[in-house]
Amino acid sequence: MKADGKKLIWKEYQKEIADDHYFYARSCIRQNFFPGSEKAFTRIMKDELGKDLCDNQHHTSCTGIGYHTDVVPFETTMTVIARQFSLMTEAGYSNYIASCITSFGLYTEIIETWKHFPETLEKTRDFLYKATGREFTVPNNLAHASDIIYKFRNEIAAKAKYRLVDKNTGSPLKVVEHIGCHYSKMFPHKGVGGAEYPYVLTGMIESWGGEVVDYPERRHCCGFGFRQYAIQANRGFSIACSRKKFDSMEPYEPDMIITNCPGCPMFLDRWQYALSEMEGRTYGKDKQGIPVFTYEEVAGMLLGYDPWQLGLQVHQVPAEPLLDKIGIEYDPEAKFKGPNGEDMGKPAAPSYLKFYQE
Amino acid sequence: MGVLYDKLATDVRFIESLKACINCGTCTAICPAAEFYVYDPRTVAITVQTQDDAKIIELLKSETIWYCGECMSCKTRCPRGNVPGLLVIALRALSQDLGYFTESEKGRQQLALKRAIGEKILSHGYCINPDTIAPGNHPEQGPIWEWEMEHIEEVMEKLGANYKGEGPGALRKIPQEDLDEIHKIFEVTGGMDRFRDLEKFSKAKAEEMGVEFGEGANNEYFRMIYTTNNQTHTRE
Repeated sequence: MKADGKKLIWKEYQKEIADDHYFYARSCIRQNFFPGSEKAFTRIMKDELGKDLCDNQHHTSCTGIGYHTDVVPFETTMTVIARQFSLMTEAGYSNYIASCITSFGLYTEIIETWKHFPETLEKTRDFLYKATGREFTVPNNLAHASDIIYKFRNEIAAKAKYRLVDKNTGSPLKVVEHIGCHYSKMFPHKGVGGAEYPYVLTGMIESWGGEVVDYPERRHCCGFGFRQYAIQANRGFSIACSRKKFDSMEPYEPDMIITNCPGCPMFLDRWQYALSEMEGRTYGKDKQGIPVFTYEEVAGMLLGYDPWQLGLQVHQVPAEPLLDKIGIEYDPEAKFKGPNGEDMGKPAAPSYLKFYQE
Repeated sequence: MGVLYDKLATDVRFIESLKACINCGTCTAICPAAEFYVYDPRTVAITVQTQDDAKIIELLKSETIWYCGECMSCKTRCPRGNVPGLLVIALRALSQDLGYFTESEKGRQQLALKRAIGEKILSHGYCINPDTIAPGNHPEQGPIWEWEMEHIEEVMEKLGANYKGEGPGALRKIPQEDLDEIHKIFEVTGGMDRFRDLEKFSKAKAEEMGVEFGEGANNEYFRMIYTTNNQTHTRE
């Protein structure tokens, strides 16, 4: 990768990210598919970095998936988000972290809307007060959770037990980074590195010893498309987008994919399975697939957290080849065991993708 | 100006999305939906720019406005700072307000989205919930998800979630007083009106089509809109 020109570009897109005292909002999709990642984030923030993070039980969805499937009106979404900010204000915080990229994009869009159309801010204040009696303050600092891990990537590297390096050859692992579309495509200056060459995940990969794969369809959408996945009849769009990315990245022989969006890691994982079942087509070596991770899963792996507490066993594409390549210690027998070691059986093996039963 | 164009012009998303499109086609070149569907965001912008109500009504009743995935890649690249994806959002809102969404196969899907996602916000506080991602409806989720659903409580405990529990954490039970506030926000801001409109217009369409209509997912109309694909939407 010829990085010099791109580094010049991303240096123009730097954002301010608060140092400490954060209000954390969870994600609809990540709670379901990657609860271990949100747990890892809170653990890293508190135990590794010693940060103050408010994990508030009263917040809800920002309505983002409802908004982007067009069933929730803008005024409703603005007011639900104002309620989130009210909870932040009430708890004594002014730095807001969204776990979700769709949320981060919507918060950004709404704060900008309130700046450009002040009457919408006043209307939102009236709506929120009328509905709940609440008032709110707009956050001083808005960040996505990946911004925070990016900010502290070197501190995490200093504490890590492992690096993104092949233990046998000492070579950096080849890593595909996939940025959620709503991180910075709408507001490039609100994302680290902008929209064309976002640096938020690249910075982590470089700090943690890996090498970024620059491939043609790097910025293409994973294919979630909201209504395009949520409705069964539309899912051809979703899988076609992911396939375009896999076909584009495969010649570069990536060891892994890292994402910063809730849906992308799930789709890039599950569509590899679906493509293998539909066409017998697998990516990566020896029918292993290309394993897909959240940035918290990668940070947790490198810090030496148990892969099965991080949730790597609920990926459809197996993580073991990557764990083995880095030399991460894990107990293969514990993969599908319950929280107290109880036997819970095992998932069925896919027809084509390699499956690690032990 | 047409009446519908005037109505669009009251939507801040419309104001932000369309400022003298030069029809260069950059949006279409970058658009994932334009590559897959018979879709061209450039022509959506052209059509709206005519300010011709008849053409705009045709658009609001068409399949065209439902192909966009709202990824907003068009925003990054448009040399004029336009956002066809945002324009589509404004058009979809108007199509639903006027009941035109039921005139297209893709538009009719809005009822399923309201029931599957919109209602979850009111009942669970989040747009999706593991209980509603049935492996039978989601074969792409694979045997891993099927196994996970069979052992949901144990898996969630192992992964550090607070599944259906009190207090903070992933997948916690949202306190009733918070769900009540969300419900009131939907009532005050027009969210419930949108939901009622989607039901009302969809029921009328089902009657017109002679298809059984009922609550939830277990009825002929829901199954039809959730699964029907007439195979005319995509490029060869």
